[in-house]
Amino acid sequence: MPENFEIDIKVPNETRYLALIGKIGEDIARTIKRYNGDRSELAYQVNLVLTEAMTNAILHAPRGGRESRQIHINISIVNNNLHIKVYDQGKGFNMDTLPPPDFNGLKEGGRGVFIIQSIMDSVSCRKENGGHVIEMIKYLP
Amino acid sequence: MNTQVEDNGVTVLIKVNEDRLDAHNSGELKTQMLTYFDEGKNNLVIDLNAVRFVDSSGLGSLVSGFKNASARNGNLKLCGLQPQVRSMFELTRLHRVFEIFPDADEALASFQ
Repeated sequence: MPENFEIDIKVPNETRYLALIGKIGEDIARTIKRYNGDRSELAYQVNLVLTEAMTNAILHAPRGGRESRQIHINISIVNNNLHIKVYDQGKGFNMDTLPPPDFNGLKEGGRGVFIIQSIMDSVSCRKENGGHVIEMIKYLP
Repeated sequence: MNTQVEDNGVTVLIKVNEDRLDAHNSGELKTQMLTYFDEGKNNLVIDLNAVRFVDSSGLGSLVSGFKNASARNGNLKLCGLQPQVRSMFELTRLHRVFEIFPDADEALASFQ
């Protein structure tokens, strides 16, 4: 019987909540019932993509009312696939127009999206409810 | 950010005593490294033995330190990388940029 699970969280869009959300993601990875891969690697990856997506949302946050000062995260397991959605009220980012990082140069930034795309099996961004959502899916063996 | 610093006159060793180096605290590491560069101390070793998690911001702060050290004819080297932190460097190909040592003693010795 496939596992179905969902957790929905809203936190202030501040970097001090990255550790909390990252930890929740790790714990979810460790408690998935059927998983044949390396759990500690999966836990790190879930922590990482949540951290990268949240940081991106925080950096692009608009000034505004209460809604825009929150980040909404939804983590679900559907038919043994892990879905992570990060909603923000900012301008989001168009995955297609972002250049790959410069592996030869030494830029400080620009690795976050590459990291998400390297780890997750499917990554998409779309507009929703006046903001944006990045949806990341990992197919679990 | 909780760090422990040892200055042996040749190299400054910064031991990061945090389990995460991420967008929340990586700015503090950058600032701390800059204070040493401003004092003319351009050879740094960053000991990441306690760090269990690094994100792209954490990597960015180390790249920033590396660039600043190099620009001042110094060097920034790393030691004590946990396996998954090491994987982050490999994923982003930064393991070819930094000299990475198993421990602080070896990293410090490489400056002599």
